Amino acid sequence: MKRSFIVIMSLLLVIALLITGCVPKGGDEVKEPTDTPSTDSSATPPSESKKEAKILRTNNGSEPGSLDPALAQGTHESWVLDHTFEGLMKIDPDLKVVPGMAEEYMISDDSLTYTFTLRDDIKWSNGDSVTAHDFEFAWKRALDPELASDYAHQLYYIKGGEAYNTGEGTVDDVLVKALDDKTLEVTLEAPTAYFLELTAFYTLYPVNKKVVESDPDWAKNASTHVSNGPFTLTEWEHNATIKIRKNENYYDSASVKLDGVDFDIIDDENTTWQKYEGGDYDFLTPLPQAVVAQMKDNNNPELIIGAEVGTYYYNLNSKVKPFNNIKVRRGLSMTLDRQTIVDKIAQGGQIAAEGVVPFGLPDENGKEYRDAVGKLVEYNVEEGKKLFLEGLAEEGMKIEDFKNIVILYNTSEAHKKIAQAAQEMWRVNLGIEIQLENVDFQVKLDREKAGDYHISRAGWIGDYMDPITFIELWESNSSFNDAKYNSPEYDQLVKIAKTSPDPNERFDAMRKAEQIVMEDMPIVPVYFYTQPYAQKSYVTGVYKPLVNYPKLTYADINK
Amino acid sequence: MDNQINLSKDMFRPVPHEDRNPEKIRRPSIKYWSDVWRRLRQNKLSMVGLTIILLMILMSIIGPLINGYSYFEQDYSKINLHPNAIHWFGTDELGRDQFTRIWFGARYSLIIGILAATIDFIIGILYGGLSGIATRKVDNIMMRIAEVIYSIPYLLIVILLSVVFSSEGSGTSLFVLILAMTLTDWVPMAILVRGQVLQLKESEYSLAAESLGATKPWILRKHIIPNTLGPILVNITLTIPRAIFAEATLSFLGLGLQAPKSSLGSLANDGLAGLAVGNGYQIIIPAIFISLIMFGFNVLGDGLRDALDPRLRK
Amino acid sequence: MKKYLFKRIIMSAITLWAIITITFFLMHSIPGNPFRKEGKMPQVVYENLQKKYGLDKPLPEQYIIYLKNLLKGDFGDSMKSKVETVNDMIRRGFPVSAYLGLEALFIALIFGPALGALAALYQNKFPDYISMIIAIIGISVPSFIMGTILIQFVAKNVSWIPIGGWGEFKHTFLPAVALSLMPLAYMARLMRSSMLEILGQDYIKTAKSKGLSKSIVILKHAIRNAVLPIISVLGTLISNLLVGSFVIEKIFGIPGLGKFFVQSINNRDYTLIMGTTIFYAIILIVLLLLVDIAYIFIDPRIRLTKEGR
Repeated sequence: MKRSFIVIMSLLLVIALLITGCVPKGGDEVKEPTDTPSTDSSATPPSESKKEAKILRTNNGSEPGSLDPALAQGTHESWVLDHTFEGLMKIDPDLKVVPGMAEEYMISDDSLTYTFTLRDDIKWSNGDSVTAHDFEFAWKRALDPELASDYAHQLYYIKGGEAYNTGEGTVDDVLVKALDDKTLEVTLEAPTAYFLELTAFYTLYPVNKKVVESDPDWAKNASTHVSNGPFTLTEWEHNATIKIRKNENYYDSASVKLDGVDFDIIDDENTTWQKYEGGDYDFLTPLPQAVVAQMKDNNNPELIIGAEVGTYYYNLNSKVKPFNNIKVRRGLSMTLDRQTIVDKIAQGGQIAAEGVVPFGLPDENGKEYRDAVGKLVEYNVEEGKKLFLEGLAEEGMKIEDFKNIVILYNTSEAHKKIAQAAQEMWRVNLGIEIQLENVDFQVKLDREKAGDYHISRAGWIGDYMDPITFIELWESNSSFNDAKYNSPEYDQLVKIAKTSPDPNERFDAMRKAEQIVMEDMPIVPVYFYTQPYAQKSYVTGVYKPLVNYPKLTYADINK
Repeated sequence: MDNQINLSKDMFRPVPHEDRNPEKIRRPSIKYWSDVWRRLRQNKLSMVGLTIILLMILMSIIGPLINGYSYFEQDYSKINLHPNAIHWFGTDELGRDQFTRIWFGARYSLIIGILAATIDFIIGILYGGLSGIATRKVDNIMMRIAEVIYSIPYLLIVILLSVVFSSEGSGTSLFVLILAMTLTDWVPMAILVRGQVLQLKESEYSLAAESLGATKPWILRKHIIPNTLGPILVNITLTIPRAIFAEATLSFLGLGLQAPKSSLGSLANDGLAGLAVGNGYQIIIPAIFISLIMFGFNVLGDGLRDALDPRLRK
Repeated sequence: MKKYLFKRIIMSAITLWAIITITFFLMHSIPGNPFRKEGKMPQVVYENLQKKYGLDKPLPEQYIIYLKNLLKGDFGDSMKSKVETVNDMIRRGFPVSAYLGLEALFIALIFGPALGALAALYQNKFPDYISMIIAIIGISVPSFIMGTILIQFVAKNVSWIPIGGWGEFKHTFLPAVALSLMPLAYMARLMRSSMLEILGQDYIKTAKSKGLSKSIVILKHAIRNAVLPIISVLGTLISNLLVGSFVIEKIFGIPGLGKFFVQSINNRDYTLIMGTTIFYAIILIVLLLLVDIAYIFIDPRIRLTKEGR
């Protein structure tokens, strides 16, 4: 009997030992023959000799769901895509929208037809030429309802795009056409002032028609992945690492100083921060909030508060009493101390919200949009409390009724802190005792859509550099209008802003719209986002487009 | 050969009546539990453990009231203060008094741990015991059911329950947390008990009892349960920390108690970020108290085990 | 014996089916949907996605389809990742978790019972206190705190130990230690308790009085019998370790199965939830079966009765 026991035990141990001999890899490795040995280890100390490749090491928060531009869903995909692909236009280090794959473009007098002429020297990483047909193919593919791309709506500005995607039209009615290999003609539904910039967005990146048609799985492995940007995907160990290397076929490769970028895929912010501090990374974002606060206090030069256009806010469900009452909504907004939230709690250099449109967006004269609108929210406890109580009385409710009112937020330490602060501020300033409830993100979205909430945390990061990306959110039929705001006057103004070819008229409409929405206060804006990041002192040349993650394309390592 | 002994009558005398009490118990009569308590008291380490537990329970009741702060009041001029004369355990990221929050959190941790362990214990011992003494067929079915229950992902159950049971506004309540924890967690206890029972039920004394006509429940009550108490008690002293841990882990995943309420686990989780920026006290202090609770229950459990075991009686 | 095994396997299959069914309906009854997006996604696109993954069909129909695919060994496509199927993810994630788990188990099996036996042999003496204090530390600190502390104070100061990540043996060291503490302590305490009990039993006294040397008594009689309760928890313990601790995997940035599981629930990635759950269940069931068999081999009393019946 004893023997059989020993047999079982030792069997277990042998298995353990056997496997100890070889650590299983996170995935299939695909290495380019040109790979330098220095790229092998993520833990190589930063004392590489200068001859070796300049590889920037950083972390990409979570595994991309796809590295196919049409199927990308968010920043964890777009950060890699932004470095491996390039659209017709791109955002340069001066944050200007400049031609990328396009050499030049022409806009018709009615602002409806765009004709792009492509560069001559543009190639895919496999050597094929990038043609206008690739763009036509890519855009129509992204609109294909069969593909079910999450971001297809970014192409709805093209005539026939929405109809095709929603199954009401056909692909032939989508008015994007390659006139020849080098010329692409696009016709829009309505004048769209920001269409050029939109072509720098990842859903509008081209894909290699030949490759995609011959291999539907092309984007799943590094070995079959073909791209046209400054870098190309050379290794993708799923859920572990992504490696991109300089694309020698890229037309501007002379300006690209890095030989590549290594992304780890680790989602724990504390761990990645330790790795950055320990010298495993040269660059890191996002950072733990406590770390940002401390670096800011110490004026640590490695910390850079990247500008961002985004607004953090609370939805007030206007379909639920007492949030149907404007006075209640305004009262809540006026008693929220945004400056304290920004200075003491969020602590990442955020700016206390002054409206729904964040700083950084240019108006019709190229000046700061916010300057002309001014500050549309105020902190005034006395006035706010008075309004709030009045509104409450109008609805026949009492302060005690707020015990059943809940702030809904998606599970996250940062949201939890801010929600607790808001809860406490409203308790102190208004005497109401609101509850908190955290749920998974998917649940929050579902409940917002269903209107099953009272107050919910939300945020919006602009897709492009035009205030309409924020203003349109509260259009009565907007799919993101979770506050269920409904104002015909507002809708009218949004329509003008979306379709008018006259910049003055557009911006007047948007300013007016923002004033209206901040008068009615269907949402309580809290702050404007920033994106803090850390880079070692020897890293230069990183820039942060307002609507993108930091760009590493022209970065350099000076060691 | 005269080896005959002469026995005369006067060599014998009657035993005095007062000595003729063979039934008399000469040691002082001690009831089972007071005997356990007596022997437990002799175990110094266990008494330390018991003292710690009692102190923690006492402090979790009065601790939040001592220095006049509440667990939810925030003071933004006092964020991240290290322990000092006013805030004995410092303040957190929202300027709340950590001393108050720690004891408030200890209260919830203890409630969760003890309640969960009690429920696990009751279900586990009943289920495991029954399964062990039942016929093989019933035993098999019962164990399969236990396996099914145990294999359903815990997280799924917690999320589901927190949705089903949370009335509006309460979020994940204490009740839901404990329910979710015990819904699957009694299974290891049941398996352990069954294993012990299987081992013991063929032992000589239960065989003897059975042949004397004792019924199965009677054997279970009188022989098997007392004899399995040792390993089971050890298991309980591990279930309390396990439940406290499970709650802490759920906090780590954002499924713990609803803020601003706290448990020791959620406080430690909130303090994680502080470690990298020199606010280690925010994690160290809750961690110390978690460890103290664990220590207390563990050494108490060991002592109890020794005290309960009749075979270790001297 | 063969008959028993056969029956046991049939039972296991039924168990598995029950788990699949319960999990399937449980999962679909929790709120949230994998395709809800923050932002401007039009309803039509949302419905397209639902259709593409068959979520527009009635639940019983989805269940039948799922079972059919499962019989072919196909766990389906992940609803979040467009790169890998669920099978791919398990194939990739499991070896990682299993490696880590076995390393942890190895550590726990070497030190746990040894500490426990030592403690029992020297009850209430110095070695007892030392081993129990080690065991108590092991279970006193939750793994997310232990992991963070190990990174902060060990990995950052010891140059050959990397701070998180995966790839070489050195990456596995700290997480395996962190992962092993709990089972190690658990085993040590169980071992101590059952060992103490065994040492008080008559056959040990008999063996001693027969004049057997102390070491033979301990090795031949005490330890072998004391190890029984450990074996009974081993199945669960191993399956927990194999599937991985999501906390440790998250903190150390390890691409294992545990990480997938939490992600899949957060994302409501139905197919991945089912895949990981079923996979976990299979492992658990197989291990429990093995434990039962091991019990038969080890404890003669059980074996005899089972065969005798």
